[in-house]
Amino acid sequence: MARERRAPAGPFDYSRKLSLRLVFIIGAIFLYAPIVVLVIFSFNDSRRGGNVIWKGFTTKYYEKAFNNDALVEAFINSLAIAFISTLIAVILGALTAVVLWRFRFPLKPVFEGMVSLPIVIPEICMGVSLAVFFSSFGLYVPRDMPFPLNLTNIIIAHITFSFPFAAMVIRTRLNSFNREMEEAAKDLGATEFQVFRDILLPHMKPGLVAGALLAFTLSLDDFVITFFTSGPNTVTFPIKVYSMVRFSVTPEINAASTILILITLLVTFLAMRFQSFEEPRQ
Amino acid sequence: MESYRRNFRAFLAFFTPSFAWLGLFFFVPLGIIWLYSFGETEGLTKIRLTWTLENYKRLLEPEIISLFWRSVWLSVISTAICIVISYPIAMVIATAKAKWKPWLLLVIILPFWTNLLIRTYALLNILGTRGRLNDLLHWLWSAGDRALSMIGLGDYHLLGERFVPVKFLGEPAGVMIGLVYVYLPFAVLPIYASLERLDRSYLEASLDLGASQWRTFRQILLPLSSGGINTAMVITFIPMLGSFLIPDLLGRGQVDMIANVIERQFKSGNDWPFGSALSLFLLYITFILLALQSFHAMRQRKREEARG
Repeated sequence: MARERRAPAGPFDYSRKLSLRLVFIIGAIFLYAPIVVLVIFSFNDSRRGGNVIWKGFTTKYYEKAFNNDALVEAFINSLAIAFISTLIAVILGALTAVVLWRFRFPLKPVFEGMVSLPIVIPEICMGVSLAVFFSSFGLYVPRDMPFPLNLTNIIIAHITFSFPFAAMVIRTRLNSFNREMEEAAKDLGATEFQVFRDILLPHMKPGLVAGALLAFTLSLDDFVITFFTSGPNTVTFPIKVYSMVRFSVTPEINAASTILILITLLVTFLAMRFQSFEEPRQ
Repeated sequence: MESYRRNFRAFLAFFTPSFAWLGLFFFVPLGIIWLYSFGETEGLTKIRLTWTLENYKRLLEPEIISLFWRSVWLSVISTAICIVISYPIAMVIATAKAKWKPWLLLVIILPFWTNLLIRTYALLNILGTRGRLNDLLHWLWSAGDRALSMIGLGDYHLLGERFVPVKFLGEPAGVMIGLVYVYLPFAVLPIYASLERLDRSYLEASLDLGASQWRTFRQILLPLSSGGINTAMVITFIPMLGSFLIPDLLGRGQVDMIANVIERQFKSGNDWPFGSALSLFLLYITFILLALQSFHAMRQRKREEARG
């Protein structure tokens, strides 16, 4: 048998089996092929049915996407929402992580469960409940509010679903904290606040950055919850792309999608660089 | 860990903001739709709380039952396909050389970082009757047809007279491809984690004692990684059951799942009480599945402890 000729086929050498490798490769093709086709057809020089027949190379749909004011405005909205909600989500996430890591208190498992609920419940339930909440409790943001304030409802929604993720990431980081450092600082006369600022916070930093990048991509990506909390004048990038898709499929959508894919790749790359840069030092 | 009493002010400073935020923007909204689910519509946007059970009774209407049934079987089959594909993928990653592992994992996780809407849109373009998947099927068909005529069976047209494009969009098959496509990375990770920390000496013992690779897989590897498989099933099934975008874009209104009907109640149908009841029903199913999963995990942990 082939296996015996290749001698040391250990009991756990599945990655050397051709059939399993093939499944991996087909799986990877399955995952990437649609995205690759999408990117290729963003350069297709065809107006109607742009995703069916290749009619030659063009970059005009990128120009068109950049000159589409509604699309650019939606993109700016998305970035503003992502920045603001990330900032607050990281602060809330850090506080939650510290509480869960540091204190013993009654009903702690209940609080832990409460924090992880936004992670597990179906998005549609959260979107619907927030939509009802905003409209029935008069938390209406007047339509003519200046720029970032008109996005308040969406920002609140994004903070609510992203801060538990940030808390999870930051808490993992806290687990590696050496408590003796804290005690040494206190013995040497540091106050509670000084300990937090000078000892705990620097240790948390990689976790904070990782949590922030996660919150940022979650916010930038979200469709369902934003779909229910956005109004006609507060459109985000995914919402705009969705309405374009519903209207008609054009290479312009492919071009806009390609830009967003590139941004997401960049953020992911930064996150990985940052983690591999921080970890060996610790 | 210290008691909250020892430093109560610090505890409150850390605890209050996130507790208040969750309470106000997560539990109060859920509470409102819970109340609304016992209400009646009055006029365009007014809802009166009458403690009626009518909205829940409507869950038993044949249309809604068939909607649930469709959502469940689409999710069950898609979950099963996900597990079957992701198990070998996880095996390859878990047993690859150490320097390859992070890269192989990245290959699987990276699509997961790409926007859900964009991935669904990408599939929408592939799955059309003139899309790339049908191109691939057409090519396979001609290859098969040529092979058949080469062995002298050409006249029988065993693969049909000519290629008929398969319709995916607006069909359950298209929605299932979408569900598998989007949630496959979810399934790989927990299975990979369970294979990674598995005690490999059991496998060696099994092979040393003369069991075949297949038998070792079936009787040793599979049971030992069942925890990972269970987690993978739960974390793919739950979002699949509640998915909105995939059936919306790929089902084209022909293959509705629960979330699509919920959306309609709130956007165009304007029946908030019934939409609330549907949402809560979906929420309860989620809770039951999570409870079963954690119960199972607990039992497994106990069994492992007993084993030593």
